Amino acid sequence: MRPEDLLCPSPKGLYSPAGDFYVDPTRAVPRAVITHGHSDHARAGHAHVLATRETLDIMALRMGPGFAGATQALAYGAEIILNGVKVSLHPAGHVLGSAQVRLEKDGLVIVVSGDYKDAADPTCAPFEPIRCHVFVSEATFGLPVFRHPPAAGEVDKLLASVRIFPERTHIVGAYSLGKAQRMMALIRRAGHDAPIYVHGALTNITDYYESCGMDFGEILPVKGAPKSAFAGAIVIAPPSSMTDLWARRFADPITCFASGWMRVRARARQRGVELPLVVSDHADWDGLCASIRATGCEELWVTHGAEDALVHWAHTRQLRARPLHMVGYGEEDEEAVVVAPEGEAPPP
Amino acid sequence: MNRFAALLDRMSYEAGRNAKIRLMADYFRSTPDPERGLALAALTGALSFANAKPGVVRTLIAERADPVLFEMSYDYVGDLSETVALMWPRPEGARPHAPLLSEIVHGLSTFSKVSLPRHLADWLDGLDETGRWALLKLITGSMRVGASARLAKTAVASLGQGLTEVTPDEVELVWPGLEPPYEELFAWVEGRGPRPETSNPAPFRPVMLAHAIEETDFTALDPADFRAEWKWDGIRVQAVAGTGPDGARVVRLYSRTGEDISDAFPDMAEAIAFDGAMDGELLIVRDGRVEPFNVLQQRLNRKTVTVKMLAEFPAHIRAYDLLVDGADDLRGEPFATRRARLEALVARLHTPRIDLSPMVPFSTWEALTTARRDPASAGAGADAGAVEGVMIKRADSLYLPGRPKGPWWKWKRDPHTVDAVLMYAQRGHGKRSSFYSDYTFGVWTIGDEGEDVLVPVGKAYFGFTDEELKQIDAFVRRATINRFGPVREVVHEKDEGLVLEVAFEGLARSTRHRSGIAMRFPRIARLRWDKPPGEADRLETLEALLG
Ligand SMILES: [Zn+2]
Ligand SMILES: [Zn+2]
Repeated sequence: MRPEDLLCPSPKGLYSPAGDFYVDPTRAVPRAVITHGHSDHARAGHAHVLATRETLDIMALRMGPGFAGATQALAYGAEIILNGVKVSLHPAGHVLGSAQVRLEKDGLVIVVSGDYKDAADPTCAPFEPIRCHVFVSEATFGLPVFRHPPAAGEVDKLLASVRIFPERTHIVGAYSLGKAQRMMALIRRAGHDAPIYVHGALTNITDYYESCGMDFGEILPVKGAPKSAFAGAIVIAPPSSMTDLWARRFADPITCFASGWMRVRARARQRGVELPLVVSDHADWDGLCASIRATGCEELWVTHGAEDALVHWAHTRQLRARPLHMVGYGEEDEEAVVVAPEGEAPPP
Repeated sequence: MNRFAALLDRMSYEAGRNAKIRLMADYFRSTPDPERGLALAALTGALSFANAKPGVVRTLIAERADPVLFEMSYDYVGDLSETVALMWPRPEGARPHAPLLSEIVHGLSTFSKVSLPRHLADWLDGLDETGRWALLKLITGSMRVGASARLAKTAVASLGQGLTEVTPDEVELVWPGLEPPYEELFAWVEGRGPRPETSNPAPFRPVMLAHAIEETDFTALDPADFRAEWKWDGIRVQAVAGTGPDGARVVRLYSRTGEDISDAFPDMAEAIAFDGAMDGELLIVRDGRVEPFNVLQQRLNRKTVTVKMLAEFPAHIRAYDLLVDGADDLRGEPFATRRARLEALVARLHTPRIDLSPMVPFSTWEALTTARRDPASAGAGADAGAVEGVMIKRADSLYLPGRPKGPWWKWKRDPHTVDAVLMYAQRGHGKRSSFYSDYTFGVWTIGDEGEDVLVPVGKAYFGFTDEELKQIDAFVRRATINRFGPVREVVHEKDEGLVLEVAFEGLARSTRHRSGIAMRFPRIARLRWDKPPGEADRLETLEALLG
């Protein structure tokens, strides 16, 4: 069996000809295996969806209970046969419920990582490298300049700022699924036990994380809280809300943003961030390289992100590699940005 | 080094002056000597290293990194130091070990050209991304985190709050005699030691500043109590000279914030042939005539002073106060007395490089109003173009550092205004990041096809009230026709759009702007909701102002 018979790129996403199913398809299909609940991977309208229990629950929360014709939950490590292809899900360490998809037929093993990270995260199961012949990796942070420091240190930076500016509100921009809850957990681990205020868009996912056994301490909605409550408080909000009218209720806020993109100064400046926190839910460059090596793969396929650099790196290691140029994937919630040089008007 | 790096990192994103002071104060408070003193030296620009050059950094990364990956990364990041700091590959087995700032400063000033790269590589191996970034900034001398020396000294002074109450001006006074790591300075501010003795024979004295006068202030003021002089559009300087204990003559030119700018004006040194401290305006004077500010600016913007530039842009001081005359500190004397001493000194100096700022005679506020409106006929003559208003000083005013309210007033000429059309708006930073608060505006001109088109003439992000900001922001969101990342283009047709009355201080020709002109200090004076954009001003009107 050739790898292409087990898995190949198609206009609707990665497709298994042997198993007749898609992984994270970008359009509605009869049968989909979904790696995790982010909107660029999990879409509504498939006839049949296979995913972890958590991913199915999260999809229902975000898209409504009728998001798919039928659903089937598969626990990490359990196996199922789809048209002769053995399929199993394994922790990807990205967000709660996130999984890598392992496909096996006739002794050939391909692993689709979905989005993943090898760094510790108290809110999801840790990434497990799975031995395989072909590893399908993302490359969101596929440049050697992306080195994510330990997240605890970034949270220390935030808390140090809260100490120096005890009268100001620290608004932390964080994606609503995963990043926001990870920040809550890290802030609590660092010993900060004051209430954390959240934007309304975060409540149902956060409640779900709590129903899975996570304890974030006192989490209060911004809506309805008196203005005086925000002095010295940490507020977590989706990044898009930080530049809209919603953010105006806070007097003299400090805008913080938790994202791997904050590693590069120009990106942070462009968003007007005053306190960038380099906290990522994707693997950094070293993490990508180490994870790829840990799979012992003979061939690397790169789905999306900075494919060229990672493919170049693989070639210097005598590893066969090719970019798949998949479209439709990227950080959810990420605003399209075009650089407008300072002080100059853009071309009319 | 890690703590200093964290401070630089945080400050590089912080726009607020007070926030920067608090960040630095927090660092100084929690960092021991001599580390904090060396950080203060770095922040005030008192450090420079002969053997550390940006080229070293490029060579080092070429030895360590894959050239293709480096190019891709540099391309993405856009800044060499930052790229190297981020992608620097730590060798297998190298353990994180952050050197102290003092080790680095000592090393940079003692290592030879040959051994420096090896030591630098060791430091880079031990530091994390932020630490490497700060180290490379230190080496390449591009530590632009937006903190002036004055701000750093203000942060030092703030350590004495509730203890010694040392003021920033007092720090400024002792500063010229101090050297890194400034241990005696910290000890004094924190109440652990005496005020440091300054042995500098030509120290800077904190300057006295004026309040802007409002029309309503005049009714309470008696013109007989005041003297007036022109407010010159140059840069305020303090010329100081003295003789050291070793007999050596020291001449210094300070900016109004106490930065030593002597090196940029070697042509003034000879003329400062007195012992004392003189307050005045630095101007360019050619053929006995004061040149406008943009001529002075051409000299200010240069890194090195060439002989040609000295001849082309001769510096000049127009003196208006005398703080110290020989051994006499005059700051406790009234203005009238100081003025008499200044007149005598300038007469004695008899140099074409230093002259007196003339008094503007007046007996009523109406008379002064007339003089201010037309300086040329009120004594300024051909220099009227360099007059930006009048200074009004109480005849009995002592020379008090800072900005005391009452003794000195400044009364600027009315600024120029132009009606321009809003073309682009960009989101602000920090507090303003949820508002479109930076505005690019244009005026009409003839386009390539002979039709009327708008050409951008400036950018403004001040002048409006909070309420007006909300109104413009709402307009921008409503009238967007294009988006470029954080920038929005808004509708700007003859019959649809927003006219802004823009006030500005002056104009200069510029090849960097498509309109060919650059505005000085543009700000939004009024929103002209009532005015259709088609009636906004034309480029020709501005060009006429250029003369
Ligand atoms: Zn994702
Ligand atoms: Zn994704």
